[in-house]
Amino acid sequence: MAQVNIQSVNKVYANGFAAVKDVEVQIRDGEFVVLVGPSGCGKSTLLRMIAGLEDISSGEVAIGDRVVNDIDPAKRDIAMVFQNYALYPHMTVFDNMAYGLKNKGMKKGEIHTRITEAARMLQLDDHLTRKPRQLSGGQRQRVAMGRAIVREPKVFLFDEPLSNLDAKLRAHMRSELKELHRRLNATFVFVTHDQVEAMSLADRIVILNAGRIEQVGTPMELYHQPASLFVAEFIGSPAMNTVPLGTRLGGMLANTAGTLPAPAMTIGLRPEAILAGPAGGPGIKGHVAMAEALGAETVLHIEVPQGGTDTRLTTRVSGETRFTEGDELAITVDPSRVCWFDHEGRRIATEPATQPAPRKEPLPAE
Amino acid sequence: MKRAQFSRPLFPYLLLVPQLSIIAVFFYWPAAEAIRGSFFLEDPFGFGSTFVGFDNYYDAVTGSEYLNTARFTLVFTALVAFFSLALALLLAVKADIVLRGAKTYRTLLMWVYAIAPPVAGLIGILLFDQSIGPITDLAGLFGYELKLGVNYWDTAFAMVLVSVWKQIPINFIFFLAGLQSIPRPVREAAMIDNPSGLSRFFTITFPLLAPTGFFLLIINITYALFDTFGILDILFKGEPANNPITLVYKVFLDGFRGNDLGGSSAQSVILMVLVLVLTVFQFRFMERRVHYN
Amino acid sequence: MTDMTTASPIAVPTARPRIRWNRVGDHAILIAGALFMLLPVLLTLTTSTFDNITIHRGGLQFAFGPDGFENYQKAMFEKGGFTKTVDGMRMMMNSLILGLGFAVGKIVISMMAAYAIVYFRFRFGTIAFWIIFTTLLLPLEVRILPSYEVVQNLGLLNTYTGLIVPLIASATGTFYFRQFFKSVPEELLEAARIDGAGPVNFFINILVPLSQTMIAAIFIIMFVYGWNQYLWPTLMTTDESMFTLVRGIKQIMQVWIGANIPDYGVAMALAIIAMTPPVLIVILFQSWFVKGLVESDK
Repeated sequence: MAQVNIQSVNKVYANGFAAVKDVEVQIRDGEFVVLVGPSGCGKSTLLRMIAGLEDISSGEVAIGDRVVNDIDPAKRDIAMVFQNYALYPHMTVFDNMAYGLKNKGMKKGEIHTRITEAARMLQLDDHLTRKPRQLSGGQRQRVAMGRAIVREPKVFLFDEPLSNLDAKLRAHMRSELKELHRRLNATFVFVTHDQVEAMSLADRIVILNAGRIEQVGTPMELYHQPASLFVAEFIGSPAMNTVPLGTRLGGMLANTAGTLPAPAMTIGLRPEAILAGPAGGPGIKGHVAMAEALGAETVLHIEVPQGGTDTRLTTRVSGETRFTEGDELAITVDPSRVCWFDHEGRRIATEPATQPAPRKEPLPAE
Repeated sequence: MKRAQFSRPLFPYLLLVPQLSIIAVFFYWPAAEAIRGSFFLEDPFGFGSTFVGFDNYYDAVTGSEYLNTARFTLVFTALVAFFSLALALLLAVKADIVLRGAKTYRTLLMWVYAIAPPVAGLIGILLFDQSIGPITDLAGLFGYELKLGVNYWDTAFAMVLVSVWKQIPINFIFFLAGLQSIPRPVREAAMIDNPSGLSRFFTITFPLLAPTGFFLLIINITYALFDTFGILDILFKGEPANNPITLVYKVFLDGFRGNDLGGSSAQSVILMVLVLVLTVFQFRFMERRVHYN
Repeated sequence: MTDMTTASPIAVPTARPRIRWNRVGDHAILIAGALFMLLPVLLTLTTSTFDNITIHRGGLQFAFGPDGFENYQKAMFEKGGFTKTVDGMRMMMNSLILGLGFAVGKIVISMMAAYAIVYFRFRFGTIAFWIIFTTLLLPLEVRILPSYEVVQNLGLLNTYTGLIVPLIASATGTFYFRQFFKSVPEELLEAARIDGAGPVNFFINILVPLSQTMIAAIFIIMFVYGWNQYLWPTLMTTDESMFTLVRGIKQIMQVWIGANIPDYGVAMALAIIAMTPPVLIVILFQSWFVKGLVESDK
C-alpha cells in the first residue's frame, strides 16, 4: 500500500489544450479518494496520468517513494478498472484475471491461488470458465475488479466504473466497493461525475473544474464549507440556493440571516437552511410553485414574487408536509447555515457556517 | 488514431516492411513505368525508344477506333450498371418483405458471386451457342438468327446479359443489408403515416437507401470497366475480331497483341485518371456518409 | 437478421386464412429471380453428364445423363492442353495454391501493416498510410502491361511468387483491418498495457483472437478473389503446368475453335469443377462472408 503524491502536474495536449493545470494532491496510504467534476474537467486525464496511460507534461507523480513519470504502466504497481470494463472478450473470466499475472511471469500455482481467492471474494467462483459476453453487467463489473485485485497493486484506479450500470445495481455496487476498500485496506482513486457517488464513497473528495482543483476535503467539509460557488452548486442535491445580494430577494434573505461580512456578493443557502412556515407567519412571503414528493421528504420550489428575475428557492420539508402546489407560505433562514461568497465566487469564512447547528435529532458521536 | 499508442522506435517499420516493399515493386514501379512509357515511342524490335511527348495520348484519343471503343464502353457500362442495380434492388426489396423462406432466397440470389467471370463467360457461350444454345433457339422461334461473335450487337447483348447476371448478387447483398439497417421504428412510423406501399418505398425507403445505391453505382462502374474482362475474353473465345470491346480490353490488345507499348501505356494512364476520379468521388462521398451517421 | 416475431399482427383476428395476393406476387418475383440465377448453372451441370454427340444433337439437357462419371474423370485426370502435361487435378492444385496463398499472404501482410498504422505513434506513420492507400485507387487491370514487365524482369514468370505476390500489392486488406482495429475499444489496449503486454504480446494474445470473425470474412472474400483471378494468371503463366482452373477455361475455348464437335461435356464439367469450391465456401460461410463484405466498406 502506498500514498500517491501529485506535485504541480500539468497536462498540455499537442494542440495546446491544457487539460490539467497545476494540480497538487497528496493521497494518503489506504485512503479512498474520489476525483469529481463535470465532464471535461480533467479528472479522467489526471487518473490516466497516475496510471501512466497519459504522459505528464510537467510536474511529478510519485507512488510510494518512487517518482513514476517515466515508468511503464505495468510497472507502476497500480491496477485500473475501466468504465466499459475493457474485459478481453475472447478470454474466459479466469484468463482475463490471469493475463496480467502471466505477463509478469508468475507461477501457475500462485496465479491459481490468487484468482480463486478473488473469485470467492467477488462471488465469481461459478463463472470462471465463462466468457464476458455470457455475464450480466454487474458480473462483468466484478470481473473487472477481480482483474485489479489479483494484481495486489499498491493503488487501485477506477475510471467511472459504475456509470454503465442501472440505478439499482449502481447503489448496490457502491456498497460492495466500500466494503472491498475496507477489506483490502488499499489506496483507492476513483473518478466519477456523479456527486452522489463521490459523497457516498469518498474519504476525501478532490473536486476539479476546468483542469484546476476547486477544493479538497471530506464530503462533509465540501457540503458545509464549499470553497467556492462552483463547489456549492456542484455538491448536494437539490443544489444550494445562491442569490446575488444585489437583487431584492438577496437583500431580504441577507436581512433575515443576520451578520453580513463586508465583501459578500452572494448568499448561499442549502435547502435545509431555508425553513418554510405557514402563510401569515414571520418571514418572506412566497408560494409553492412545485412540490416534489420523494417519500421521506418533499422538495418545495418556492416562488418569491417580489424577487425580480431570480425568484425560485428550494427547500426540503418532511414527507408529511401539508404544503401543496399553489399554497402561500412564509420562509425564514437558519442563520447558522448561511454561506457568503465574494465577487470571485470564493466563500468568505465565517464562524457559524463551520459549525453546523445540529438538526432535531442529535447525530451519534463518531 | 488511438489515444493511447505504443511508441517503439523500430517495430512499426518492421511491421510495414512487407507491405511497403510489395507495393513499391509491384505497384509504384509499374505505375511509374506506365506513365513513363506513355511518353515514349518504343521500337517494335526492342532497340530503344524515343521521347514523343503527348503524341501517344494524341494518337490514342483521336483514333476513330479508340473513340468507338470509348463510346461502346460508355453504353456497356451504363446498361450493365442500370440493369444489375435495378434487378438487384427489386429482388432485395422483395426478399426484405417476405418472411417465409427469406434465408433460402438470400442464398439462392447471392451464391453466383463466387463464380469467376470467365466461368460465367463459358456458361454464356453455351447458352448462346450456334447449335446447342437455348437462347439462340429462343431467338430462332421469333425468326431472329442470333450469331454470337459474328453480329456486333448480338455479341454486345450477350456481354451485357452475362455481366448483369454475374453482378446481381453483390448488388443484392448490399441492398438487402441497406434495407435491413433501416430501423424498425422508422418503418413502423412510415406504415402509420403512409398507407400506400409504393409511395412509402419512394418517399422513405429509397432516400434511405440512396447512400448504398451511390456506393454501388461506383462499384458497378468499376466492375463494368475492369472486372468484365474475363467474361469478354471468353465470349470472344480470345479473338475479338470485329466484336465490340471495352477500353480495358483495348489496352490489353494493343499492349500484348499489337505491341504498341506507348499507345497502350497512354491508354492505361487515361484509365488510371478515370479510376482516380471515380475513387476520389467515392471516398469523399463515403466520408460524408460516415459523417452523417 | 429478419425478425419473425414481430410479423404482421393484423392478420391474427381473421379466422379463415386468406390468400394475400401481393405476398404471392413477391414470392413469384423472388422465385423468378432465383431461377434466373440458378438455371444457367443447373443446365451446365445437367448437360455436363452427357456425351458430346448427344449434346451436339439435342442441345442443352434438363436432366442428368449417364456420362457424368466419364466427363468428370476426363476433366480431372486426362492430361490436356498442347503439351499434354496438365490435368484438372493439377489445375485445381494451382487454383488452391493461388487462392490460399493470396488470402493468407494478404491477411498476414495487411494485418501487420494495419497494426503499425493504428497502434503506433511514429514519424512516417501518415506518409506510410498514404503510400499504402494510394494503391486502392488503381486496379491491376490498368497497370497490367508494366506489371507484367516488372515480373518478367524479376524472372518470376511461371512461378507461384509471380502469380501471387503482385496481386497482394493493393491495400484492400489493410484498409479493412484498419477500419476494424479502429473500432476496437481503446480501453482494451490500455488494460493490456497495465497488464504488462508489449506490442507483440498484445497483437498475438489480444488483437488477433479478437479479429477472428473479421479474419474469417476477409479470408473468404480473398480466397474467392484469388481463386477467380483470370487476367493476371493468363499473362503470367505460359507453362501449362502452372495453369489454374479458371485459366484453363481459356485453353478449352482455344481448343474449341478448330474442333468439329467441341468437347462440350468435359468443358462443362471443368466449369462446374472450377466454380464448386468458391461457391461452396460462400454458401457455407454465408453469414461471415456477407458480414465481412457489407461491414468492411464502412
